[in-house]
Amino acid sequence: MDIAANSILYLDGVAVSFDGYKALRGLSLVIEPGEMRAIIGPNGAGKTTMMDIITGKTRPDEGEVLFEGSTDLTKLDEATIAEMGIGRKFQKPTVFESHTVRDNLVLSLKDNRSPFATLFHSSTEEQDARIDELLTTIKLTHRAYDLARNLSHGQKQWLEIGMLLAQEPKLLLVDEPVAGMTDAETMETAALLREINKTKSVVVVEHDMAFVRELGVKVTVLHEGAVLAEGPIDYVANDPKVIEVYLGR
Amino acid sequence: MGGEPNSDMYMSNEETVSPRRHWNETVMLQSLKTPTRLAALLIGALVLFLAMALPSVAQSIDDAIAKLTTDGYSDTAAAINALATSGSPRALPIVQALNDGKLQFSASDKKVFIVTATGLVEAVTGAPVATPPADISDVRANNRIRGLVNAALGALSLANPDPQKRIASADAVFKSRDEGALAALDTAIANETNSTVAIAFKAAKAAIILFKADAPVNDRVAAAQAIQLRGTQDAVALLRSLPADTPKPVLEAANASAKAIEYNLALWSMAQNAWYGLSLGSVLLLAAIGLAITFGVMGIINMAHGEMVMIGAYVTFVVQEIIRTRFPGLFDWSLTIALPLAFMTSGLVGIAIERTIIRWLYGRPLDTLLATWGISLALQQTVRSIFGANNREVGSPSWMSGSFQVGQLSITWGRMWIIVFALIVFAGLIAILRRTPLGLQMRAVTQNRSMASAMGIPTAWIDALTFGLGCGIAGIAGVALSQIDNVSPNLGQGYIIDSFMVVVFGGVGNLWGTLVGAMTLGIVNKFLEPVAGAVLGKIFVLVAIILFIQKRPRGLFALKGRAVES
Amino acid sequence: MIISFLIKGLDRRTAICMLVLLLICAAVPLSNAYLPVGHPFRIPTDEMLQFGKYGSYALLAVSLDLVWGYCGILSLGHGAFFALGGYAMGMYLMRQIGARGVYANPILPDFMVFLNWKALPVTWYGFNWFGYAMVMVLLVPGLLAFVFGWFAFRSRVTGVYLSIITQAMTYALLLAFFRNDMGFGGNNGLTDFKDILGYNIQADSTRRGLFVATMLMLCLGLWVASGIVNSKLGKVLIAIRDAESRTRFIGYRVAEYKTVIFTISACMAGVAGALYVPQVLIINPSEFSPGNSIEAVIWVAVGGRGTLIGAIVGAVAVNWGKTWFTGQFPEFWLFALGALFVAGPLLLPKGIVGSISDMLAKKKSSQMYASLPATSEAVEDGASPTVE
Repeated sequence: MDIAANSILYLDGVAVSFDGYKALRGLSLVIEPGEMRAIIGPNGAGKTTMMDIITGKTRPDEGEVLFEGSTDLTKLDEATIAEMGIGRKFQKPTVFESHTVRDNLVLSLKDNRSPFATLFHSSTEEQDARIDELLTTIKLTHRAYDLARNLSHGQKQWLEIGMLLAQEPKLLLVDEPVAGMTDAETMETAALLREINKTKSVVVVEHDMAFVRELGVKVTVLHEGAVLAEGPIDYVANDPKVIEVYLGR
Repeated sequence: MGGEPNSDMYMSNEETVSPRRHWNETVMLQSLKTPTRLAALLIGALVLFLAMALPSVAQSIDDAIAKLTTDGYSDTAAAINALATSGSPRALPIVQALNDGKLQFSASDKKVFIVTATGLVEAVTGAPVATPPADISDVRANNRIRGLVNAALGALSLANPDPQKRIASADAVFKSRDEGALAALDTAIANETNSTVAIAFKAAKAAIILFKADAPVNDRVAAAQAIQLRGTQDAVALLRSLPADTPKPVLEAANASAKAIEYNLALWSMAQNAWYGLSLGSVLLLAAIGLAITFGVMGIINMAHGEMVMIGAYVTFVVQEIIRTRFPGLFDWSLTIALPLAFMTSGLVGIAIERTIIRWLYGRPLDTLLATWGISLALQQTVRSIFGANNREVGSPSWMSGSFQVGQLSITWGRMWIIVFALIVFAGLIAILRRTPLGLQMRAVTQNRSMASAMGIPTAWIDALTFGLGCGIAGIAGVALSQIDNVSPNLGQGYIIDSFMVVVFGGVGNLWGTLVGAMTLGIVNKFLEPVAGAVLGKIFVLVAIILFIQKRPRGLFALKGRAVES
Repeated sequence: MIISFLIKGLDRRTAICMLVLLLICAAVPLSNAYLPVGHPFRIPTDEMLQFGKYGSYALLAVSLDLVWGYCGILSLGHGAFFALGGYAMGMYLMRQIGARGVYANPILPDFMVFLNWKALPVTWYGFNWFGYAMVMVLLVPGLLAFVFGWFAFRSRVTGVYLSIITQAMTYALLLAFFRNDMGFGGNNGLTDFKDILGYNIQADSTRRGLFVATMLMLCLGLWVASGIVNSKLGKVLIAIRDAESRTRFIGYRVAEYKTVIFTISACMAGVAGALYVPQVLIINPSEFSPGNSIEAVIWVAVGGRGTLIGAIVGAVAVNWGKTWFTGQFPEFWLFALGALFVAGPLLLPKGIVGSISDMLAKKKSSQMYASLPATSEAVEDGASPTVE
C-alpha cells in the first residue's frame, strides 16, 4: 500500500474485455506525483482503453485504480473524475467547434460546474486575466475571438492543451498530442509539455518515437493489454521483447 | 383439412352448436367471409341430397311410413322402431313431429304429413303440400307409443351419422340430464367409434348418474370423476350445482373434479394467451423486420417504413381487384401473386427514396428522421388521392379461413399462416444476409465502408439495394397484414412506433434480437390484456420499454465495446 | 443576479424581435377594438385569434429550439408537454363552467355526470383556482420532463434513441388520455368553456386580452430563452450538442444539464399549451398524437434551429401556410408539409433565419453568430449504430 499511498495514479491488475476480446489483461502502472510518463505500444495494446478506465468512461472487470493513493476511480463518473483533477486530451482533437477560442477556455476554466452556477455566471477579473495568460501560453491570443472550427489542426491541438490547463488538473492524460503536426510544432509541443510538467503530473500516450525521445522521460511499453517493459527510452528501445513487438515476429 | 369446411358449415348454419365449441364460434364466424360461407352451404346441401337419394334408406323409410298410415298402435310402434334404426336423416323430424302431436296421415294416399308453422309438408320429402287430402287425421299415440317415441328420439339423435350432431345431442342430454336417455346412451356408447363423440356420450351419462338421487353412491362418485373428461366451464358449473343434501363422498368427488377441470382450463387459457401472443408477435415481427435492416443494419431512421407496409397492402388490394374482375378462379392464389409484386413495388419505392433523398443525409440521423417523416406524409396523401381515404376490402383466400381445435385451443388458419409466414420471411432474410453475395457485400459495407469501397464493392449501390430489401420486406409484411388489419392510408402509422420499439428493444443491428423482441412484446402484451385491458396493457408495455431502454440503451442483444460507442 | 441574466438575454437580435412582437401585441388588439368594421387596417377577431394561436405555437417552437437547437436533444414528444399544459388550463376552464353545464351539476363537469361519477377525482381538486391551475401548467409538464429526462439522460440515451422514446412517451399519453377512466374527458376532451377569470371567453374583449397575454408570454419566453443561451449555461449546452463526451471530460455533468434544460423547455411548452386552449376552446387527446410533435420540429427546422427567432418565424410561417393551403388546396397540404420535411434538411439545413444570418455573417465577420449549430455530423456523436 505504500506505493499506492505515494502515487498520484495507481493501477493494479486492471482487466477488461469487450464481448470476449480482452482489451486489458492485468495492467499495472504507478505514476508518482510530478512525474511525466510516456506510454507507447502498437495498435490494440490497450492505451486508449487504459485512458478510458482512468477517466471513468469504461469500468474495469477487475483490478484497482486509485487516484492520489486513496480515491477509487472505478466508482466515479467522468465529470467527478475531471473535477477531482484529472484532465484528458483526446487522440482526435476535440474542441467545441462552434464556440470561440476564448469561450472554449471559459468553459474549461476551473469553476463551479453546476447548472445553477453556470446559468448566473459572470466572469471575474481574475478569471479574465487567467484566460489571457492561457491564450499566451498556447500562442492563440490573436485568434481569441475566432470560432474554434476555423483553427488549423495544430492550433486545435494546442487549444485542447490550453483547455486542459484551464481545468487546473493535478494529472494530465494526453493521447497522441503530436499526431498530424509538423516537426517544428512537435518540438514546441514537447517543450510545452515539459513546461506543464513543472507543476503537474503528465501521462503521454504517443506513437512518435522522436517525440518521446525529445521528452526524455521514463517510458512504459504496453503490449496486448499489459506492461511489456518500463524504463528510460534507450533501455526500453534495446529490450529484445520490445523490438520483437515493434518489428514483427 | 378436407373435413373442416363441412363441420364449419354445420356449426354456422344449423345452430346446433355444442357448448364446448360455443365460445370459439364467434371467432370462426368472423373468419368465415361471405363467399366461403356460400360455398360451404352449397356443399352441405349436396351432401344432404346424396344422403336422401340412397335407395336402402329410402326402402326402410317407406315401410315405416306405410305402417304409420294404418292407424293401429302396434303398427305405429313398429314404424317408430323402424325409423329409429333407419339411419335416415328424415327419421328424426318425423318422430319429433309425432312427439309434438304434429304428425298427420292420409290412409287413402298412403302418405304422412308434418304440420309446420308455414303449412303442411310431406314427411318423407319435406315438400310443401298445397291442398291437404280429405281424409287427413293425426297419428294417434298412447303411453306405450310415447315411451317408444322418447327412446327413439334419444337414440335417433345419438345415432345421427354426423359426429357433430351426435355431440350436440349428447350435450343436450348433458344439460337436460333426462334419465330416459340412459338406455339409448348405453347403446350409443357401445356402438361409438369416434373417441371425441364417445367422451361426450360418457360425460352425458355421467351427468345423469351424478344427479340421479337413487343411484348407488359409488356410481355417482365415479360419475363425478368421469365428468372431468368433459373439461369445460359448464362441466364445472354442473359439478358445483349439486344439491346440498347429496351424499358427502359425491359432493367431495364433484368438488375435486371441478377443481381439476378449472386448473386444466387455466392452463389452456394460458396456452391460448401464449398463442395470441405469438400471433401478435409475428405481426410485430413482420412489421419490424424490414426496419431491422434499414434501421438496425444501415442506421437509417426510416419513418416512412409503415408506409412501405401500407403500399404492400394496397398492392394486395389491387391484385385482388384484378383477379375478381378478370380471373375469378385465381382468387385463392391472390396472396401468392401479390407477394412478389408487393416486394418489388415497395422495394422500388424504397430504392427511389434512397437514391433521391436519403443518400444526401447519411451521417445526419435526425435530419433523415424528419425527411422520411415528410416522405411518409406524402405517400399517405398519394394513396389517399388514388384509392380514397376509406378502408379497402381485402378478402381472404379459402385456405386462410376457418380454424381447427387443439385441445381447448382454437387456432384459426389465418393466424397460423401469418406466424408461419413471419418465420419464413425471417429465415429467408437471415439466409440472404448470410449466404448470398449481396448479403456479404451488405455486411462489408455496413461494417467498414471505406474498406469495402477500396475492395471494389459499389457501396452506393449496396446502400440502395439494402434499403430496397428492407422496404421490400415491409411490402411483403403489408400483404400479410392486409389479412388482419384495415387497408387504409393510415395502416402504416399504426405500426411505426411498435416497429421501432421492437427493433430497439431487441437490440439494434441484431436480427435475432428483433425476433425475440417481437415475440416477447407480443406475448407480454397478450398476457397483460386480460388483466389490465387492451389500452392499459399497451401503455404498460410502452412504459416498460421506455424504462428498459434507459437500463440498456442498446437493447436486449446489444453489442458492447469501443467500436459501438465511437 | 437575475437582472444581469435578463440583461444578457437582450442581445441585439432578441431585442429587435421582442420589439416587433410588442408592437404587434399593441397594434393588433388596438386595430381590432377601435377601427370600425370594414376598415382596411382593422384586423378581424377571427384573424386575431388565428395569430394568437400561432403565437402559442411559436412559444412551443422556442421551447423546442432550446433543447434541439442548443442541446441537440431532438424531442419528438414536446407536443405532450404542450397538451399537458393545455389540459391544466382546460381543467380550470371546465371548473369555471359550474352549474351552467348541460347537466347543471355545480361541481362535476358534464362528462363526469354522463359517466355516472359521484365525486370529483382528486386530480381535479384545486383547479377552480386560477393560480393553482397556472402552477400546474408549469409543474405537470415540468415534472414529467424532469422524471423522464432524469432517467433517460442519466443512462445516456442519446440521438435517435431518445427521439424514439420521447415519441413513445407521447404515444402512451395519447392512449392514456383516450381512456374515459383517466377522468379527463376521454376522446372528447374538454370543451364548452364559458368564462376565464370571470370574463366571457367568447367575447371580443377577452380574446384581445388573450392575444395580448400570448404575445407577452412569447416575449417573456424568448427573453428567458435568450438569457439562457447567452449565459455560460447556454455555452455548456452548445458544448454538449457539439461534443458531448468532451464536455463530460471537462467536468460538466451532462445529464444534469440536459435534465435542467429539458425541464425548463417542457414548462415553456406547457405555458404555450395553456395559452392555446382558451383561444381554440377545446383540448382533446389528439394533441398528444406523435404527428403533432414532429410537426413542431419542422417549424423549428424551417425557421432555423439554434436561433430562437427562427423558431418563431418557422412556427408562424408554416402554420400560416397550413391555414392557407387547407383553405385553398386541402388535398395538397400534406404534400406541401412532406416537401417541407424533405427540403428543409436537404436544401436549407440552417433554416430561414440561419441562412440569412449566415449571409450577413459572410459580409461582416465570422464571429457574430457563435450560436449557430455546427454541421449536423457533429451534432450526433455516436448515434448511428453499426454492426460489428
